[in-house]
Amino acid sequence: MSEYNFAYLDEQTKRMIRRAILKGLAIPGYQVPFASREMPMPYGWGTGGVQVSAAILTPEDTFKVIDQGADDTTNAVSIRTFFERTAGVETTTATSDASVIQTRHRIPEKPLTEDQILVYQVPIPEPLRFLEPRESETRKMHSLEEYGLMHVKLYEDIARHGHIATSYGYPVKVEGRYVMDPSPIPKFDNPKLGDMPAIQLFGAGREQRIYALPPYTKVVSLDFEDHPFEASKADQVCGLCGASDSYLDEVIIDDAGGRLFCCSDTDYCTGRRALGHKGPAFPGSEAAA
Amino acid sequence: MTPLLSVQGITKHYGAHIGCADVAFDLYPGEVMGIVGESGSGKSTLLNCLAGHLAPDAGQVVFDTRADGPKDTVTMSEPERRMLGRTDWAFVHQHARDGLRMGVSAGGNVGERLMAVGDRHYGDIRGKATDWLERVEIDAGRVDDRPTTFSGGMQQRLQIARNLVTGPRLVFMDEPTGGLDVSVQARLLDLLRGLVRDMGLSAIIVTHDLAVVRLLADRLLVMKSGRVVEAGLTDQVLDDPQHAYSQLLVSSVLQV
Amino acid sequence: MIELKDVSKTFTLHNQGSAVIEVINDVSFNVAPGECVALTGASGAGKSTLMRMIYGNYLTQSGSIIIGDLDIVRAKPREVLALRRDVLGYVSQFLRVVPRVPTLDVVADPLRALGVAPDEAQERAKFLLAQLNIPQRLWSLSPTTFSGGEQQRVNIARGFAHAYPAMLLDEPTASLDATNREVVLSLIEDAKERGAAIIGIFHDEAARARVCDREIDVSAFTPSFDTLEQSKVPAI
Repeated sequence: MSEYNFAYLDEQTKRMIRRAILKGLAIPGYQVPFASREMPMPYGWGTGGVQVSAAILTPEDTFKVIDQGADDTTNAVSIRTFFERTAGVETTTATSDASVIQTRHRIPEKPLTEDQILVYQVPIPEPLRFLEPRESETRKMHSLEEYGLMHVKLYEDIARHGHIATSYGYPVKVEGRYVMDPSPIPKFDNPKLGDMPAIQLFGAGREQRIYALPPYTKVVSLDFEDHPFEASKADQVCGLCGASDSYLDEVIIDDAGGRLFCCSDTDYCTGRRALGHKGPAFPGSEAAA
Repeated sequence: MTPLLSVQGITKHYGAHIGCADVAFDLYPGEVMGIVGESGSGKSTLLNCLAGHLAPDAGQVVFDTRADGPKDTVTMSEPERRMLGRTDWAFVHQHARDGLRMGVSAGGNVGERLMAVGDRHYGDIRGKATDWLERVEIDAGRVDDRPTTFSGGMQQRLQIARNLVTGPRLVFMDEPTGGLDVSVQARLLDLLRGLVRDMGLSAIIVTHDLAVVRLLADRLLVMKSGRVVEAGLTDQVLDDPQHAYSQLLVSSVLQV
Repeated sequence: MIELKDVSKTFTLHNQGSAVIEVINDVSFNVAPGECVALTGASGAGKSTLMRMIYGNYLTQSGSIIIGDLDIVRAKPREVLALRRDVLGYVSQFLRVVPRVPTLDVVADPLRALGVAPDEAQERAKFLLAQLNIPQRLWSLSPTTFSGGEQQRVNIARGFAHAYPAMLLDEPTASLDATNREVVLSLIEDAKERGAAIIGIFHDEAARARVCDREIDVSAFTPSFDTLEQSKVPAI
């Protein structure tokens, strides 16, 4: 602990990142450039999220990390350990106990509160990137609100698949102004982005961008009049806890191709099972998945 | 009658070199104007200054906008000019791949301008895109194919459909038939002529092909070293050129 | 209807030692509605040049050429275009069309330019093509592959599609057989009857005698007509 500054980054860097965060909060959905630092982990492992977390953590915070909803995967465990060692903060896996939650690709099932901050890890912050490779041009498109191209992407989806097949990283419009990439969360989570009591911060380390949604921001998923947005998920219940309202992962469980659908949010699932809920995967339940 | 486009004193320097100097003309609704001259004569520079792709050093490009009447597009705000660029103006590039999104289906390419001006009904957008593919003689069955699978002539026709779908009033064309073989050129010229007439389009066509301007253009500007050396009716300039350079240009064409 | 006053023209050949060649010097004449005037003179006398000046195809250096109420010498390009669309027709010796366009559309084209509905324009085109004995099976083909005589008749059909108040005819009966020659002459007579002012070049003396009211010898106004046609800047 003594060999690191609190939360690894030096104070000047944290100030710089906080300024970027404040600017992001002031202009919801706008991508603020920041001087991303080298972190002791590879790009793609959440360096953007880690820098944002490092800049906002205080010694009194309780920190939670989830990776695709889970608290116990490599990425989540190593980032949690990183801040235990460099910041000495309390950590938890319980969503309601955490004051700062760093996430990769999910929003917790349990509604967040005004006392919490959700930090997203973002691989590619620019929603227009796949169709317009020039950064100079995409910036201009954002500044002039030229977002027709975003719909071209959705058009292509329908033309090819008959419906909007984009199932994660589904683009949204923030407060009627900026089109934003919500990071690769499933579109099931998109409705939770809007009107959320918690602060949402997005950090892209390699791309050196930070953006933000202040509490209770209006967030609308883009769509067509005749192909409206739908927050979809697997048409199953959780095999472990029986929840029908949570986003499910599909897990192959044996060599015969047996499958199990279970909550991707491990804390949510554990909590429900502790309360005695049981899913169809357990012997004694009626329909096995 | 108000000119659709009134150009005055357009000048563009590249350092000490003159791109184009002191160009002026009026273009009226429904007129097609050709700009000819050899490579490096400044015709593309002029076209890019007119279309707002290059900022001229001096001069005015006054366009008769639908909402506010004549307005100088050089001093207009960038959002306003870009809005013109995807509504009332169209730009057909010499190389179709400069004007198309090669990774997007034909339908998406045509639909982009519609979506850019706020169309949000997939069925309508697709319907209009298909209709336009047919108007430029591309089989409607290819609506979901990418332009990479199209021939050069088809790509050029797709580019035209993509540009005309929003019903522009002024089309800028930079060597629209360049790089196409002769039979494909003829088909494209025929198509352009029909569209210009049926939609009442005005157009400015830059080319070095005098046969193209004879067929498409009502009027002609002949440029040399960045300056307009002769202007007039197309057939008059071609059949009775007055300036030494125009005479040379006209007499240099190989007879078939 | 057509009024030429003190009209002169020179060609300056900048790329051939800036040679200045005087072609037409000081022509003045009028053509009234319903009148047909023939331009005569030996080959190379400047008949076609004068006709092209009247059409605005060649620039006129001095004088005035007033058609209807427009002075074509001083008119703006778009005024000339409007005049050609509505008032002044021209049947040249050569057919010049966009390749690939069907004959029917070529003939209907001047009417379409005037805003006539496609069906009506096509009806008129069919009528003229039939009258000029162009076989119906050719109508959907481009005239670029037709024989010289057929092309000439397509050109005439196109020229007579719209009832222009003023018309210029450059050798309309050349290379036509007796039947078609007769059709063309009656088309000219009809045009005169409805009040068109016509200027024509006819090598066919009998035709000239039949439709023309007056003759104007152009060689009277051409100072050095012997070498003109050869030295003229070639048209494309």
